[in-house]
Amino acid sequence: MGNAAKAGICHSFSADGRCISLLKVLMTNVCVFDCKYCINRESNDTPRAAFTPQELAELTINFYRRNYIEGLFLSSGVIKNPNYTAEQMIKALELLRNVYHFNGYIHVKAIPGADSELITRLGLLADRMSINIELPSQESLRLLAPSKSKESILRPMGLISTKIQENRTDLVKYRHASRFVPAGQSTQLIVGATPDTDHKILTLTEGLYKKYGLKRVFFSAYMPVAENSLLPAIDTKPPLIREHRLYQADWLLRFYGFEAKELLDEQNPNFNLQVDPKCNWALNNMDKFPVEINRASHEMLLRVPGIGVISAQRIITARRNGTLDFTSLKKLGVVLKRAQYFITCQGKIMEGLKITSDSTIRTLMSDQYKLPSYQEQLRLFDEPFISREEVQQCLTAQI
Amino acid sequence: MLDGTDLVYSYDGTFEGLMCCVFESYECKESPCLIRPPSVQQTIFDTSKWIETDSQKADRVYNSIPVKISSEAQELVKLGFLTCEENKELLILRFLRLGFKVGGKVMTMLTDEVVCSLQKAVRHLTSESHKFKGFIRFSVFGEALVAVIEPKNYVLPLLSAHFCDRYKVEKFMIYDKTHSVALIYQSNRAELIEVEGLTLPNVDSTEAKYRLLWKQFYNTIAIEGRTNPRCRMTLMPKRYWNQMTEFDNMSDLFQIQVQVAETKQAIPNDINKTADKTTRYQIQGS
Repeated sequence: MGNAAKAGICHSFSADGRCISLLKVLMTNVCVFDCKYCINRESNDTPRAAFTPQELAELTINFYRRNYIEGLFLSSGVIKNPNYTAEQMIKALELLRNVYHFNGYIHVKAIPGADSELITRLGLLADRMSINIELPSQESLRLLAPSKSKESILRPMGLISTKIQENRTDLVKYRHASRFVPAGQSTQLIVGATPDTDHKILTLTEGLYKKYGLKRVFFSAYMPVAENSLLPAIDTKPPLIREHRLYQADWLLRFYGFEAKELLDEQNPNFNLQVDPKCNWALNNMDKFPVEINRASHEMLLRVPGIGVISAQRIITARRNGTLDFTSLKKLGVVLKRAQYFITCQGKIMEGLKITSDSTIRTLMSDQYKLPSYQEQLRLFDEPFISREEVQQCLTAQI
Repeated sequence: MLDGTDLVYSYDGTFEGLMCCVFESYECKESPCLIRPPSVQQTIFDTSKWIETDSQKADRVYNSIPVKISSEAQELVKLGFLTCEENKELLILRFLRLGFKVGGKVMTMLTDEVVCSLQKAVRHLTSESHKFKGFIRFSVFGEALVAVIEPKNYVLPLLSAHFCDRYKVEKFMIYDKTHSVALIYQSNRAELIEVEGLTLPNVDSTEAKYRLLWKQFYNTIAIEGRTNPRCRMTLMPKRYWNQMTEFDNMSDLFQIQVQVAETKQAIPNDINKTADKTTRYQIQGS
């Protein structure tokens, strides 16, 4: 029973607005590790429970039949030792695949420290595998997750990546070769638990895509569940905007042809919270704008704030049939709110567009930062950001 | 409107019928300002012209689309017919007239009013059907899976392949309340059948248990510190909530009886179709 759709299907959205597509469970929350930020750390006094492989398989099948879920996302605390944990997970997945003939999607977490033979067996049962990097530097890991090390995370990651490569050549040679992690591997990073900068995180992310061929890197804003002098205070709000900016940058890396070093550097190691990364890049590179819609290359169109992958594609298609003006852009569904400041159609800027400092920066800024007075913002945020004068200079000098 | 007349076509509401309208429009060299399906009330000002459905004429028009325009255009027209766009018939006619004139290029004329509107309507259809792939909730009654949906567009033909592949060995039914049609799949055959009404039997304890477990999972997975109702509503508008287990208050569980009127349309890759006008379709109650 079952299949998997290529782009994935969201089956519901939880109250926090996140997509629910998989039954995301722990095999057990018993854990011998003592990561400071985790609620299931060994030293925490919390009720412990575990699924038997049979229970888990039945639950998954019954949810799947009712179309509640797209598949299973199986992770686990480390019970007894990494190898035992991995064996339990393999048992559950074997039941699902071989006894229940489940062909749906399975995402499994590789347990750090488990034997490579076990990781390989898991990989042959699952569609996707992931190992969480958790913290972006060796130093932070040593402080907060003493049982994990850079080595214990990157070694299995490298193993999976090599196996995927090997499997690809095998599949070409033998049609019936069993598929190893066909949906690739991913990882997750915690943002805001340690002082690591966005620059560090983004460079690491880029490296993971390039070196290990990861499908996705996920960012998770740190939400305090434990009190520890090494961690941010328990009442710290999760840095949601920062997480959002990282995801925006992640998209720029994967779909827009940007490189990490274009977005951030040592001097500006963190994202501007008020302006999205693409807009920020554009404002710092005003010499490349305005862009002529009727002539610009696909790569350049993708770099215009407000123009996305779909809009760029539509522009390319539509301009084969004649020149485009601002009215036709609207018909194509291109949102001009931000784009208008960076483009021309047949050499002209949009009719009636006034470039004044206040209105411009207001439009370019994200909604959540639109406060009644600009002065107020100066006091609220002390991170470096682009000043009103800078924007004015950029825009008036160029357009 | 193309030539300023107030000519109105009426047709039988089928896709073949619409293709005949296109045929008629070419044969008589005329452009209607409205093409009316039987469900729309006639107004006193209409000078309505009845277009008889003739499968030969329909085939001629339909088969010429990939030759004269492109197969993508044929697909667009087919999908366009399933949308809830009010003037879909007229849009399709104008799209085809334009297409027959300029050829395959019509698919890239994204700034043209007609092409743009038709593609927008089709996007609405495909995105709705994609949403339903996730948001449909089945309940298990005996051996059969039953789901109810209330879509705006006629999405069942688009959902059929996905669910038939997913639940190959199951028996299932998806009932479209808006259009009073059900997709019924059993023993490797799928059919679209007109259904007048549907009442479901009481759920058994296993079904109730899994519903409860799902609700519990749904409520647990949300992180309190990140609550964002607006984001949830954008991604999953409230009109879908009615039929979703996680928002269900266990009120819609009654006896079930399905009145089957007639076979409406067979699924494309399905061979055998029967039109049994008075079958009563019984779902195994518990």
